[in-house]
Amino acid sequence: MATTDLNCSEFHNDQIATLSTHSLQELQHPVVSTKVFIQRDYSSGTLCKFQNKFPAELESRLDRQHFEETIQTLNNLYAEAEKLGGKSYLEGCLACLTAYTIFLCMETQYEKVLRKVARYIKEQNEKVYIPRSLLLTDPIERGLRVIEITVFEDRGFVPTS
Amino acid sequence: MRNCEYQQIDPLALSVAPASVQNLTDKKAERLRRKWEVFPGKNRFFCDGRVIVARQSGVLPLTLGLIVVTCGLFFAFDCPFLVEHLTVFIPVIGGVLFVFVVLSLLRTSFTDPGILPRATLDEAADIEKQIDTSGSSSYRPPPRTKEILINQQVVKLKYCFTCKMFRPPRTSHCSLCDNCVERFDHHCPWVGNCVGKRNYRFFYSFIISLSFLTSFIFGCVIAHITLRSQSGKSLIQAIQESPARYPLMELVICFFSIWSILGLSGFHTYLVASNLTTNEDIKGSWSSKRGAEESGNPYTYNSILANCCVTLCGPMPPSLIDRRGFLSPEESVPTVSASEIEVPSFAAKNDANMCTQSTKDVLERMLHSSASYGLCLLGTPKTTPVGLEVTGAPARAAETSPTERCWHQTADAPCSPFSTSSTSDSIHSINPAFRLASPSPSLGRAMLVLDEAPDVSFIP
Repeated sequence: MATTDLNCSEFHNDQIATLSTHSLQELQHPVVSTKVFIQRDYSSGTLCKFQNKFPAELESRLDRQHFEETIQTLNNLYAEAEKLGGKSYLEGCLACLTAYTIFLCMETQYEKVLRKVARYIKEQNEKVYIPRSLLLTDPIERGLRVIEITVFEDRGFVPTS
Repeated sequence: MRNCEYQQIDPLALSVAPASVQNLTDKKAERLRRKWEVFPGKNRFFCDGRVIVARQSGVLPLTLGLIVVTCGLFFAFDCPFLVEHLTVFIPVIGGVLFVFVVLSLLRTSFTDPGILPRATLDEAADIEKQIDTSGSSSYRPPPRTKEILINQQVVKLKYCFTCKMFRPPRTSHCSLCDNCVERFDHHCPWVGNCVGKRNYRFFYSFIISLSFLTSFIFGCVIAHITLRSQSGKSLIQAIQESPARYPLMELVICFFSIWSILGLSGFHTYLVASNLTTNEDIKGSWSSKRGAEESGNPYTYNSILANCCVTLCGPMPPSLIDRRGFLSPEESVPTVSASEIEVPSFAAKNDANMCTQSTKDVLERMLHSSASYGLCLLGTPKTTPVGLEVTGAPARAAETSPTERCWHQTADAPCSPFSTSSTSDSIHSINPAFRLASPSPSLGRAMLVLDEAPDVSFIP
């Protein structure tokens, strides 16, 4: 229990640190113009999946293709986290047999994937979003409810590298 | 009584970088706080956020006490006799079961059940914008339901006024904990916590292992008394001879527990096999008796084994509330909480003015109470960011706010580190009996579940 929560906090803190560094260093005058929220898609049940609908507010800033690729990759990653297969069942049974104390020492499959998601988002921000005065927020920061895309005022800055 | 009138969130009031950036230097001087310290729900945290329990621990001490006392008596008085006359494995099995029960119980009580963090102000404003597409100046509360298709079936998502978001499917708001909980099953007073997505498997293993433990102890005590009475004495004599008659006490406790625990285990086994929650079962959400249309459970995998595997052995979801994360300076702005924040509406309602005061008075009171407001909300002396947020707002208020009254209510509410709204407590006091009800499935269907505006959900 303690380890899993520690891991969660670690990558949350990493994310915050990364975002702060990015937003303050690379965006010289970060003035938020608007925030776009990509809601969850519940058509397949309670699995974590986001809507692939391209928001109108990003028309001028971002290619549809980039956006769809980001959302699709995120959806695939979350699907991998929640995948029901031999590995997850084994993990579940082992946990049950040890009266769930195993979660104190072992990182769950979900948490491993969340780390991957955090890395992917950081990479996407660096490559695609920040150069277009946009910032992608990791959905875990918002309780996996939404993907928040912050749209900054486009002042024609030059990204510092 | 809690003011159920919905307050529109003005996107203009949502300040962004400038205000918080100015206070960055102030923030750095203060100790970085963890998110659990500003958690808006009614929970208590221990070990620096590692352990989470509901504010009202219910009868958890009683549950623990009963288990420990009964097992203690068993090990002290029955085991010596039975080891001598039967087998040494009896205390071993008893010990293993006891450890399993206690660990499962503690895990259920101290784990985050799947609490959904409340919507941020930006998110809530965005949702409102999407709903209020007419763009008219007159304000109306957002519609309370949204229909979506899940596996070709229509499911209604309800809007949570406290958390300011449309609840995901199978999520319900627990009024005792004041949180939306994913895959909400019920709030169990015996365990002192909600049972939801993240701790359902712990709860299930707790009741199953407890069934085995009570049956085992019951069986052993019966065996003990029978063996004593076999050596030519009557039953009553045998009981009198047994050490201090404690086995009789164990017998009584086990006898009464067995009925309810076995019944509850059976009920939850049925729920697991059909991929249902107690909440859904009680409300009859997927009952086929309703009308002509087929409303089966859209979440079932149509196989008992698959349903069991998914519910009990599925991947363990992470805690979404990030209790031990540090608050960043930007995040020190409070998220939406209907019971604690009552931001004055700017497009004021003309029909529901409860008190009329001049704008000047409103401004004065806002400035005056912003400090204590910040104190109430975050539990520590708070400086400008909250104050800026709050005082910026009334400057634009053209008319008086109908929430003036409840603004004062929240400002005057007693401040504690995890401050609760005094108004919500009044809802709890209405039905204290339900909270301590015995967990018997036979009573389950007779229990009332209120699911209107106060969003009270509980279990038998």
